[in-house]
Order: sequence, then structure tokens, then C-alpha cells
Amino acid sequence: RKMATLSVCQPQLGGFSFENCKRNAVLEAEVTKLGCNVPSARKTGTTICGVVFKDGIVLGADTRATEGMIVADKNCSKIHYISPNIYCCGAGTAADTEMTTQIISSNLELHSLSTSRLPRVATANRMLKQMLFRYQGHIGAALVLGGVDCNGPHLYSIYPHGSTDKLPYVTMGSGSLAAMAVFEDRYKQDMEEEDAKRLVRDAIAAGIFNDLGSGSNIDLCVITKGRVDYLRPHDMANKKGVRTGNYKYKQGTTGVLTKSVIKLDLEVVEETVQTMDTS
Amino acid sequence: MNTRGLRSQLKDSVPVTGMGQQVGAYGVQDTLRSGFSSVKNELLPSHALELSEKNFQLNQDKMNFSNLRNIQGLHAPLKLQMEYRAARQIQRLPFLQSSHLALDTLKGNDESISFEDILNDPSQSEMVGEPHVMMEYKLGLM
Repeated sequence: RKMATLSVCQPQLGGFSFENCKRNAVLEAEVTKLGCNVPSARKTGTTICGVVFKDGIVLGADTRATEGMIVADKNCSKIHYISPNIYCCGAGTAADTEMTTQIISSNLELHSLSTSRLPRVATANRMLKQMLFRYQGHIGAALVLGGVDCNGPHLYSIYPHGSTDKLPYVTMGSGSLAAMAVFEDRYKQDMEEEDAKRLVRDAIAAGIFNDLGSGSNIDLCVITKGRVDYLRPHDMANKKGVRTGNYKYKQGTTGVLTKSVIKLDLEVVEETVQTMDTS
Repeated sequence: MNTRGLRSQLKDSVPVTGMGQQVGAYGVQDTLRSGFSSVKNELLPSHALELSEKNFQLNQDKMNFSNLRNIQGLHAPLKLQMEYRAARQIQRLPFLQSSHLALDTLKGNDESISFEDILNDPSQSEMVGEPHVMMEYKLGLM
């Protein structure tokens, strides 16, 4: 069923349409021949991480979104809502993480209405991995999924091709190595909430200061049984500086020598009233 | 040199038979209805996911039915397929929008949202099928 067909014989289907792929390939070849670049997707080039502590989960993320070498968004929100007790950080292509988390959030809501129970983290994990595997990695969403359900706190990391890991501490994104170095050094089992928050904050800060793709502020999300603290921003690590000098001249610096006032005579030529149609 | 572009993916793809176009009378390609044909357009899939997405629902159903048969015996998939067949007949003529409510409820699609519901909504499509042609196609008179 091509756009060039002369007649449509079957009803259209929803979902992804691959009609323009060949045209795009031809366009791409033409454009590279001329030496220009095709516009690239906006990535989040990120540091995201999560840690399990005594009573729950702490998720952390930086707030920079990049488009190639340019910062596209200085303060974007990478911790997405999935359900009242489950949140998900997203790295990779910004649109993919956004849409994927929204779809899974809707599906979990429908599922929890149908079962009349609070959704479980393992359910969200299973839904995400099945969807990402179906699209064979073409949906570039690398996720850190964490939440507290009836079985306790759970933390998963989900890769774009659909593989998942269930671990006590995970990091993803371009700054993941810097953040993982901090975790490997200072992670202990059954930490207190303040220690866990400090650990995650330091891990994200390591990513922000050592990786070009991450920057700006640090967002935290603390999930415990019955309570979620969404701290945005938790720490403004990169505040823009304030100018110390003021180069404006004070009023009265220039002396006034003479002053002349010329009155302009304006006469009313025409006066019309247009009524507004407020029906 | 952008080696990750679509062009390089197309070079490695293998021609497959799932992409056939409409065949008119006498088994010859139907130029009036599907335009001129070209081997490059017909044989190669334009995206790695095109075939797998076209057959996704069919493959899922096949897998689920064979699992059901192995677990519960032959009667289970047979009964379900009979119900699906009955529910599939509850729809309007092909050029009108039908809700497929019974079929969706049976399949469980009323409790899930996926890209089929968000992207390319058929009720918003720019191309409208011509009623006579679509009816002829459906009744097999073409």
C-alpha cells in the first residue's frame, strides 16, 4: 500500500508507517553528496542513576538535553511518572523516552484499574522490555525504572534492545561510567535516606562535571512506601553567574544645556466605530 | 561518511516475498490500480522493521493459539477462533469507520494502548478510499 497507488483498496491501519523510508534514504544520499548534514534527533546525552536503600528507592538525573554539539534544553525533566509508586528515568533519544514512558504509564493505569491493585514494578519492567524488543532497538530509550510495591523496593535498568537487569544500584547514559565509579566506591546495603540521597547527588555530580553530554541541575526522586518526594531541582550545581559590575550611567550624569518644546497640531480627520462580533 | 544511514541498511537487506503487490486478472501486475511496478520498490523492504510489523499481530496470535493448544487441548484455540471470526463480522462497510468493539474486547485491546492507537489514526487519514473500489475489492469482484 504505497502513497503512489492510484486507488486505496483496503482500510488504513494505525501505527508506524514505513512509506517514506525509501524517499528518506534517497534524500539522505543527495544531501551527503552536497556536503550538508541531515538534522539529527535530540538526545538526552545523560547521567541517570538509581539506588535501593533501606525503605525504598532514590532516582537521580541531570537536566541537560543535547542536539549534536548544542545544548537544546538547559533544564529538562528526565524523571518520568509511571504510576503513583513507580518512576522512570530516561536516557537516549528524548522523544523516544518520553513517548515510551507515557504509553507504559497509560497501560499500567488501565491494568491497575482492571485488577484494582497498585501496579508492580515487575509489570512495568515486563511491558517495557516486550515493547522495546518488538522494535529491535530502533526506539532509542535506555531507562532506569524504580518503585516500591507490595513486595518492597525494586530497581531495574532497561536497555534499548530490550534486555533488563535487576540490581541494587544502576547507572545509564553517557555519564554512566562516572556515576558508577562513585557508586562502586561508596554503596552500602541498607543505607539511610539521607545517605542514599547524598550518594545519588554525588554520582550525578560526577557525571555532570566529567561528561560533556550531562550538565545543569540535579533532580532527585525519593520513593518509599506511601510517599514520593520529587525534588526538582535538588541541587543547582551549575548556576549562571551574576554580573558584578554595572555599566549603566546614573541619572543626571550628562548635564542639560538647553531645552525646547515644539507642539504638534493634530486634527481629527475621520472617526469610525467597528463593532466586535461577540456572538 | 555516514555509514549508519538508511542507505547502508537497504544494501544489506535480502529480497523477500512478503512485499508482493496486487495481482490483477491473468496473474499479471495490475497497473491501473497499483501504478507502475519496479523491482527495487517491490522486492526490498524499505525498513528493517517493515515486515515484522506487518505480520506482528498474526504472529502473536499464532504463538498464543499454539501455546493454548499445548496447554489446554485443541478445543481452546478452536473455540476462541470461532468467537474471533464471529466478532470480526460485526463491522460496517469497508470505506466507513467501524469501531471493532467486540473484536477488541475479545482480544483484550480495550485495556491497552500502543502505537497503533496514537500514530496514524485511520479516522484522520488524508486518503479516503473510494466506496465502489473498496467494495469491489472486498467482494473479490476486482
